[in-house]
Amino acid sequence: MSRARTAGFHITGSALAVLFLLPMLWTLYSSVHGRRAADGGPGWGVDNYERLADYGTGLGTYLLNTVVVAGVAVVVTVVTTTLGGYALARLRFPGHNLLFLVTLAILMVPYTTILVPLYILLGWIGLQNSLVGLGLVLAMFQLPFGLFMMRSSFEALPRELEEAALIDGCTPGSALWRVLLRGVLPGIVTVGLFSFLAAWNEFVAPLIFLTDGAKFTLPVALFNLQSGSLGSVDFEALQAGVVTSALPCVVVFLLLQRHYVRGFTSGALKG
Amino acid sequence: MATVTRTRPPAPARPTPAGRRPTIASARRRLGLLYASPMALLVVVLFVVPLVLMVWMSFNHWPLLGASSPNGVENYSALQDPFFLRAVMFTLKYTAVTTVVLGLVAFGLALLVQETRPGVGVYRTALFLPSVVGLASTSLLFYGLFNTEASPLNELVRWLGLGSVDWLGSTDNALGSAVGMITWRFAGFYMLILMTGLQSIDPLLYEAARADGANRWQIMWRVTLPLLRPTLALTMVLSLTGSLLAFDQFFILTGGRHETATVVISVYREAFLSQDLGRAAAVSVAILFVLILVNGAQMRLIRRADR
Repeated sequence: MSRARTAGFHITGSALAVLFLLPMLWTLYSSVHGRRAADGGPGWGVDNYERLADYGTGLGTYLLNTVVVAGVAVVVTVVTTTLGGYALARLRFPGHNLLFLVTLAILMVPYTTILVPLYILLGWIGLQNSLVGLGLVLAMFQLPFGLFMMRSSFEALPRELEEAALIDGCTPGSALWRVLLRGVLPGIVTVGLFSFLAAWNEFVAPLIFLTDGAKFTLPVALFNLQSGSLGSVDFEALQAGVVTSALPCVVVFLLLQRHYVRGFTSGALKG
Repeated sequence: MATVTRTRPPAPARPTPAGRRPTIASARRRLGLLYASPMALLVVVLFVVPLVLMVWMSFNHWPLLGASSPNGVENYSALQDPFFLRAVMFTLKYTAVTTVVLGLVAFGLALLVQETRPGVGVYRTALFLPSVVGLASTSLLFYGLFNTEASPLNELVRWLGLGSVDWLGSTDNALGSAVGMITWRFAGFYMLILMTGLQSIDPLLYEAARADGANRWQIMWRVTLPLLRPTLALTMVLSLTGSLLAFDQFFILTGGRHETATVVISVYREAFLSQDLGRAAAVSVAILFVLILVNGAQMRLIRRADR
């Protein structure tokens, strides 16, 4: 590789990287450099965040709601697909093929197409306008990826590992807890990460299922901030909101980047 | 394995059938059912039942509040609604433009970052980072950039002497702005998929092509693109499905104004503004039907390309 080509690569690469990071940097900047500058004040400060904290039932409530929804989604996705993945990989049970096919069929049915009947159904089982109900729905849409990931994680473990555990006196049940879980931990982290990002960022489902303003998640609350107020939009508070909702995703991604990319290259992904 | 029996205390209440002691195989079957049941319950209650319910609802007059009553195929007249037809046309246009633009940009980025060399990891991460920001947050972020009051984008345009641009002011402007935003948000995501595809091509094939005197252009058309076809098809499936179901971007950027309502926005309108869930269900059934056809056709394409 010639020196000129290397330089060209780095110039193109840095220019594109800056172009892609610029909108995020602008949001970060305008969230801490807002109205006070227009009023002739010092310019820097957290007053945009302060106004956002006072909006509606309060930023704290919206954050907590979002944490609850994402938490339910992650726990339910991880637990059900770990147990289900183990069952499908190692425990032959009646109907295992049917369950696998029906779960994969969720991929063929984009979630926005069944939101209307889900809305009715959640009403019937008393989970309408409920953060737990929303979390369960979001977990359900993560099942195909999670199941695929966990089933292949268990299949990748050597059978001898489980046999050794059985000979040492484990039942198939306790072998899972004592021996196998450690081996599939990377898969569990990947499934949890995908589930977290999807649930944290979801917009349409909470928009439809949550009718009580005090239960709004961050994306819906911010949408209301943008569209709800008459007259002028508080752009700076809005950008503070964008930072608040994007930052956890960026941090979690940077910490677990390796797992995310592995989830990608395993060939099982969902747009 | 199957011959190994495990000693366990005899169950006094229920003697095992035919005098056979429970084997590990049967214990595993029961355990399998037990472990799979939480997932099966979730799939049946939140997926299978709503799917059936949706078809049932589409044949009923089903107001948001109040009792429902059968009304045959009347709801399917929603498919002839001018608002819906306009939304279909707009969605198709948006899907076509997005898929081409996003595909080309992502492919260019993938070519740039496919080789492992010093510094490339930083570029990959920077280009991918927008993909972890939620689509609603992205739309709100760009709403700040596209507005006419306090946008740095407009200051830049004015500084360049191009006057002022109303980024969301007309259907075409809104379409272009949304495509730009979606490209920013998803290019890194598709870049990563395409990069994986590029890296899986055997380097020996490139060497052989070069030894045969092929130039870079010929290598691209004769080696890279044919071998990348399955990956390209996958990104196309994702992009087509994603854009056909576009909601967040137009709902937030324009509120569906000046004919920028997408198909899913029109379903939302039927259900929660017109409060007619039956018509919304009928439209959903139709969308699902079309998407399954599209996906099926593309899967065949991928499989053929795999051979």
